[in-house]
Amino acid sequence: MSRLDIKNPSHAQTVVDNLYRDMERRIASSPPGLCPVDMALSFLVMSHAQTCGKCVPCRIGLGQLTKLITNVLDGNATMDTLAIIEKTARSIVDTADCAIGRDAARLVVDGLEGFRDDYEEHIKHHRCLAGLQLPVPCVAMCPAGVDVPGYMALVGEGRCADAVRLIRKDNPMPVACAYICEHPCEARCRRRMIDDAINIRGLKRYAVDNAGDVPQPECAPATGKKVAVVGGGPSGLSCAYYLALMGHKVTIFEERKQLGGMLRYGIPNYRFPREKLDGEIRSILSLGIEVHTEVRIGRDVRVEDLQREYDCIYIAIGAHQDKKVGIPGEDSGNVMSAVEMLRSIGDNNPPDFQGKNVVVIGGGNVAMDVTRSAVRLGAKKVSCVYRRRVEDMTALPDEVTGAMAEGAELVTLSAPVRIEADESGNAAALWVQPQIIGEADKAGRPRPGKADLPERRIPADIIVVAIGQGIEIAGFEQAGVPVKRGGTFMAELDCQVGTMDNVFAGGDCVTGPATAIRAIAAGKVAAANIDTHLGYRHEIEVDVDIPTPRLNNRPPHGRINTSEREANERRNDFEDIEIGLTCQGACTEASRCLRCDHFGYGIFRGGRIRKW
Amino acid sequence: MVKVTIDKRAVSVPENATILEAARMAGVDIPTLCYLKGVNEIGACRICMVEVEGQVRLVPSCDTTVVENMVVHTNSPRVREARRVNLRLLLSQHDTRCTKCTRSGNCKLQQLTNDYNLLGDHYVPDLKNIATDFTNPVVRIENRCVKCMRCIQVCDHIQGMHIWDLVGTGSRTTVGVHDARKLGDSDCTFCGQCITHCPVGALQEHDDTGKVFDFLADPEKITIVQVAPAVRSAWAEYYHLDPQFATAERMVTALKMMGFDYVFDTNFSADLTIMEEGSEFIERFTHRNRYKWPMFTSCCPGWVRFIKGQFPDYVDNLSTAKSPQGMFGAVAKSYFAEKLGVDPHRIAVISIMSCTAKKAERALPNLNDACGDPDVDVVLTTREMVRMFRGEQIHPETLAETPFDSPLGTGTGAAVIFGATGGVMDAALRSAYYLVTGKNPDADAFKAVRGMDGWKEATFAIPGAGDVHVAVASGLGNTRRLMEAIDNGDVDYDFVEIMACPGGCAGGGGQPIHDGVEMAESRGDVLWGLDKNAKVRFSHENPDVLALYNEYLKRPLSERSHHLLHTDHHGWKMPGEA
Repeated sequence: MSRLDIKNPSHAQTVVDNLYRDMERRIASSPPGLCPVDMALSFLVMSHAQTCGKCVPCRIGLGQLTKLITNVLDGNATMDTLAIIEKTARSIVDTADCAIGRDAARLVVDGLEGFRDDYEEHIKHHRCLAGLQLPVPCVAMCPAGVDVPGYMALVGEGRCADAVRLIRKDNPMPVACAYICEHPCEARCRRRMIDDAINIRGLKRYAVDNAGDVPQPECAPATGKKVAVVGGGPSGLSCAYYLALMGHKVTIFEERKQLGGMLRYGIPNYRFPREKLDGEIRSILSLGIEVHTEVRIGRDVRVEDLQREYDCIYIAIGAHQDKKVGIPGEDSGNVMSAVEMLRSIGDNNPPDFQGKNVVVIGGGNVAMDVTRSAVRLGAKKVSCVYRRRVEDMTALPDEVTGAMAEGAELVTLSAPVRIEADESGNAAALWVQPQIIGEADKAGRPRPGKADLPERRIPADIIVVAIGQGIEIAGFEQAGVPVKRGGTFMAELDCQVGTMDNVFAGGDCVTGPATAIRAIAAGKVAAANIDTHLGYRHEIEVDVDIPTPRLNNRPPHGRINTSEREANERRNDFEDIEIGLTCQGACTEASRCLRCDHFGYGIFRGGRIRKW
Repeated sequence: MVKVTIDKRAVSVPENATILEAARMAGVDIPTLCYLKGVNEIGACRICMVEVEGQVRLVPSCDTTVVENMVVHTNSPRVREARRVNLRLLLSQHDTRCTKCTRSGNCKLQQLTNDYNLLGDHYVPDLKNIATDFTNPVVRIENRCVKCMRCIQVCDHIQGMHIWDLVGTGSRTTVGVHDARKLGDSDCTFCGQCITHCPVGALQEHDDTGKVFDFLADPEKITIVQVAPAVRSAWAEYYHLDPQFATAERMVTALKMMGFDYVFDTNFSADLTIMEEGSEFIERFTHRNRYKWPMFTSCCPGWVRFIKGQFPDYVDNLSTAKSPQGMFGAVAKSYFAEKLGVDPHRIAVISIMSCTAKKAERALPNLNDACGDPDVDVVLTTREMVRMFRGEQIHPETLAETPFDSPLGTGTGAAVIFGATGGVMDAALRSAYYLVTGKNPDADAFKAVRGMDGWKEATFAIPGAGDVHVAVASGLGNTRRLMEAIDNGDVDYDFVEIMACPGGCAGGGGQPIHDGVEMAESRGDVLWGLDKNAKVRFSHENPDVLALYNEYLKRPLSERSHHLLHTDHHGWKMPGEA
């Protein structure tokens, strides 16, 4: 017997470790709509297998909870059972010796709080409130419900123009989404159960880059109805597009010089080249949509006038108002907002950052856009100041690493305290208070707190505040558009503005700053409901044959990613940083698609919505 | 065409053929369970799995399209094993007390289990504790259900009612009523198409044979049985009799052997329906402004439930005439009771129908016009009648023919076609023509309304009345399309016949079940043949119907006719109806 042995995992342990990894991916790709009680029970069973067996609450209690919840699901429980489950789970939380028992029971307690009605439905009516609404995960997760498996298959066959036409049925801005969509479609991709999600956005980019000019379909016969769309961003453009296809006369009113909204005035050229945006807008406008730019509601035209002159209005003004940090010195010279800076770049009038120290406050995607734009404007040094840690940033990880690769500094755990100005009143430095990360808030996000360290001075010639945007409600509130406490417009899920008969609203101005695809989806929803409101039932459909799914052996296969230009090169210009998939890459990647529109639930419940 | 090799047989099959279809063309039979051509090709049961060379895993043949040079093995050891495992898995959740199931001997799962010689149990039985709801004409038994999804698909795609749905998720997923309702709280029309398309005994009619035996055993009861037109086209299918031999008269003999006091024919009241409904149509047609258009037939109870639940604004468009079953009951317990000189409360009227919805119609609270008792006491489907024959050890192949009893057993060719789509319209037009012109048309003048198309339309000129625009639909999916077209103003008709079941009553939800085979057309042909060969082909020439008017009702739409033969469709409510 040797005195010490080197730890070498057994073969069984190696296999189990792989199973853990597989299970992690599987949980992450759970289809939306599963019974939460059933899932909670499965997690509990797994947790019970983790117990070491020393302590009573964990060894026995988790097993009893399992049996009790099984009774609930099998229809053999009463409301008393629920009380026993709750009492037991709370007791295990209180008495378990370690996290294995305590946090397993906490899962149950959280469930009892979070979906108690599901438990009660099973007990009282022996049925489940849950149900798979949409059979195809990527389609279910896409706010606009784009037919993802359909266009994956089309790209796989090299039919890029057909792919674009198919996407346009549900999303009139395939180019914008090909470049900048946050691709929620990939989150629950069933392929993750095998290896990794399909690179859906990458394939969409391949489609739009290789489709050539895809003409728009014919509009329906003119209805004589007039609709005003206020705001020419993705939501307004999408709504205008579908309404025009339905034969209505659409006029867009835009405050800025050009259409595009945040796609132009928020997203830098290096992520979404302007000529691509201009091309997409031209294509949408080719349906005969009228546009008035540099029109401000409340100043140049009133909501009431639009209500009178048009049969319906769609308000989609986005979220373009600066938010202030609220620290002393914020009104100094050379302190600007992200909106202001990106807007001037959008109008080809970029600020001069040459050789300057630029400090950006914020940790979201807009902060990254500002940071990376500042690098490209020739700043000597760009520091991104954030109160929490890198992993707490709301920006996409790729954006953060991209910014770092391009030479930006991340100054984390630093809360802005005040802005120091020089004698001429211009910003000279940002003072920050070092932070220490602390307990998690209710959502599980750790909160920063004051560290026992002195304030720090960060020299700055320019300070850009990128901590979020609000909605410019002026001109709308007075006209009677209801505003919620958070400063967003109040609209129903069908986009109708409750109290106003012919007014609809959607996009960022209703949700607060969100993604382009959510704004586009709101435009689509609004178009459908405006059409109904006007007394019509136009249907949007497209005549594209979807390739028959092929049998595929589906061995695990790496995901094919797009690549980026070298950081050293790309940091000097505003040109596109991403390099799209090759033909070989796109075909291979498309062939990884599991075609959930056919296999599994799709073939039973219909893998696609052919028209809406 | 695509070249494939199946079990070493090289065949050329059309592009887009499935492996299953290709195999059948090659003379190779791949077993299926959930598969229902054109309706349910979803690969749920995984019994039709085959091995395809080059594929790592087995492939379902029912929903996989062939490709050039595909090589398929349908009976390899792997395939054989997979089928046996999947069958055994199904059996672990199946109540295998087949002896007590109405589908024993006519069950896909039983047949496959026997075919694959599955002896012994490999898996832990896993039956569910879900109670059976016996309160409706359609009964679902959880532990017989194989979750093939056919009922959902038929209800969605053929009938367009969306009553059945998958409920729950995960291992507890099962078939239930959409939106988590009970069947009795739903808009279900009780058409029974889910029953006739169920491969096993999970869905069946509410069995009422016991009540009939009770009536037969009661010496005080006078038992009167009426047999619907479509029943005669299907009753002997269980016995595999030649249709020429399987006559209604031989069925009469069998019913007499069971001890019914009178064996009558719903054809009688079908002719009576034409007299009333045809007269009503002429009345409406000649006083157009007083009525809502078009006028709808009212003889199909599934359709009446449909319109009340789905298009309630059109209920007043329904003819007020009761269905033939309802008219028969009312006449039996009034006119015929008087003729017999007996207290109508002693009479038990038993209907044999090709229909499950007739069970719900019988129970309507306002179909009690003759003596206060329900006009009809119990409804049996064709299947239940055959089960009673079996219990009585009646062997139809040995029986002689007996005519229906008189007077309520007399029917014309115009009545027997009530059992096929278009038949009511055809019969009504024959008599309407006569009522307007005083002359009989050619009995085949209206044949444009016949045939299996789901939605037919035609225009006929009736001298003196003008052009009559008619439409005929069968199947509730077709019906919904027709109703939407009417509602949108896309079509304009005067008279519309609707039957809830595709092909009409011949394909009714109470008819014998032949898995994967639609029988409505061939049964309908039998009925059209009976009409063609009938001595009398006009309802207004039915001598016993004319006698009923002479002796009792006076004339169509008389006060007594209204009391006994017409009904208020607002007199009862659908679930959730205000």
